[in-house]
Amino acid sequence: MKLRTFRRHLREGVKNIGRNGWMTFASVSAVAVTLFLLGVFLILAMNVNHFMAHVESQVEIKVYLTPDAKPEQVKAVETALRNQSGIKSVVYVSKDQGMEELKKRLGDKAELLEGLEKQNPLQDRFDVKTYDPHQTPQVAEKIRQIPHVDEVQYGKGWVEKFFDFTRMVRNVGLVFIVGLAFTAMFLISNTIKITIFARRREIEIMKLVGATNWFIRWPFFIEGMLLGFLGALLPIAVLWVGYHALLDMVRQDLSLFFLDLLPVTPLMAQVSLLLVVIGMLIGMWGSLISMRRFLKV
Amino acid sequence: MIEMIDVWKTYPNGTHALRGITVRIKKGEFVYVVGPSGAGKSTFIKLMYREERPTKGQIFVNGINLEALRERRIPYLRRNIGVVFQDFKLLPKLTVHENVAFAMEVVEAPSKQIRQRVKEVLELVKLSHKADVYPDELSGGEQQRVAIARALVNRPSVLLADEPTGNLDPETSWGIMHLLEEINNRGTTVVMATHNREIVNTMRKRVIAIENGEIVRDEQRGEYGYET
Ligand SMILES: Nc1ncnc2c1ncn2[C@@H]1O[C@H](COP(=O)(O)OP(=O)(O)OP(=O)(O)O)[C@@H](O)[C@H]1O
Ligand SMILES: [Mg+2]
Repeated sequence: MKLRTFRRHLREGVKNIGRNGWMTFASVSAVAVTLFLLGVFLILAMNVNHFMAHVESQVEIKVYLTPDAKPEQVKAVETALRNQSGIKSVVYVSKDQGMEELKKRLGDKAELLEGLEKQNPLQDRFDVKTYDPHQTPQVAEKIRQIPHVDEVQYGKGWVEKFFDFTRMVRNVGLVFIVGLAFTAMFLISNTIKITIFARRREIEIMKLVGATNWFIRWPFFIEGMLLGFLGALLPIAVLWVGYHALLDMVRQDLSLFFLDLLPVTPLMAQVSLLLVVIGMLIGMWGSLISMRRFLKV
Repeated sequence: MIEMIDVWKTYPNGTHALRGITVRIKKGEFVYVVGPSGAGKSTFIKLMYREERPTKGQIFVNGINLEALRERRIPYLRRNIGVVFQDFKLLPKLTVHENVAFAMEVVEAPSKQIRQRVKEVLELVKLSHKADVYPDELSGGEQQRVAIARALVNRPSVLLADEPTGNLDPETSWGIMHLLEEINNRGTTVVMATHNREIVNTMRKRVIAIENGEIVRDEQRGEYGYET
């Protein structure tokens, strides 16, 4: 395609937005409403995901060493751990440090530990975190095989159940997002179909004077893209303002302190980008499929 | 060159519009297609630029077998054929100038050339003063001349005209006919369906008469041959 042809298509696409006044309004409204719903759900889903990821990242494996392990054997265990694939961090906690931790945790009841200090019953250990918390059980099983490792703890049973739960929540979320996206596509392509039906004669004439299908499609394509773009702007503005207000509210209301919501940026930037892209893709796709049967002249 | 070999056309509703048409129109010829209303003249013409497809038979235009022509290639066939439609088929939302220019935009001509050439053909059909007017503000005859201008603008090798003088007064009709004759003299094949007895009998050309979907007469320098 020549540049001037592309410029023509661009001009035509923009002109058509104006020429088909209320049709444009109808399409943009349909896009706006569906994208708003999709946006609300996205923000919700991303916050839930954030919360779950936070909890998941707390999961760690405590690797207790046999009491008779010599310093070089401790070293060897550490090397083995670091060479193990899928491990993000390895922190050494000696039994003395372990005792300190315990004291801190007990606070004013620390005197219970009096007398234990000289004969520390704790074991040296490594705290290990995995890149993918879902791999914790498998990694723990491998670590158990390392020599001089006495015991491995990671909340067996509880962790597996928790991960099953988060996996399910994510899948349900995904199904919802895909479902909403399809609903949006259906609504939008239907509206576009009406606008195109009103111009089927125009398309027929274009074909009869020798226009190729793509020559006819491009302006509609651009128009659809613009409709999607315009339709995404309003929900983005509303969501942005709305989420800001929600964050302010949560910050001021102390009873909601446990709600660890994502900050406005980058979350809203991501959601906005996603909505714009989805809006434009749906607009283009809607135009394309609604045109198909009118091009058969 | 246009050639039809035993062409039949039955519309989906069962109407037999053409029954076994075999005809050969050489490059540069001027042909009138005459016959009573409903005889199949428009159908005959529509087959040539593939608006309709034959039920049976073969059609060749400029050496291209239309039956074997791939869907994607149809636009390129049509760019070589200028068509004046019986119902004009102007785009209502475009001005006269834009309607004519549109046929050139489709072939991606440079805009300077488009402006120049559109001006030229609008002068040819004597419509320069209406360039910025919309089709529904024109008389039937003026719309017809816009349709002719659009058919000519790309200098097609074949010009198909379905009653190009149908709505014109005698004087304008003759203007159009002289235009078509001049285009024909420059080598363009012209096929024209008409009910205009005076024109056919005065400007003598080949006449193909169709009745009931069959060719009943085909004469060089023929006559109209029907009472009007
Ligand atoms: N799209 C169509 N569907 C069904 N029947 C059609 C269609 N177009 C034409 N016909 C029928 O086919 C026959 C031939 O029509 P056609 O338009 O070719 O006639 P014509 O010779 O051009 O007539 P006129 O001089 O009135 O323009 C007529 O009986 C008409 O009713
Ligand atoms: Mg006709």
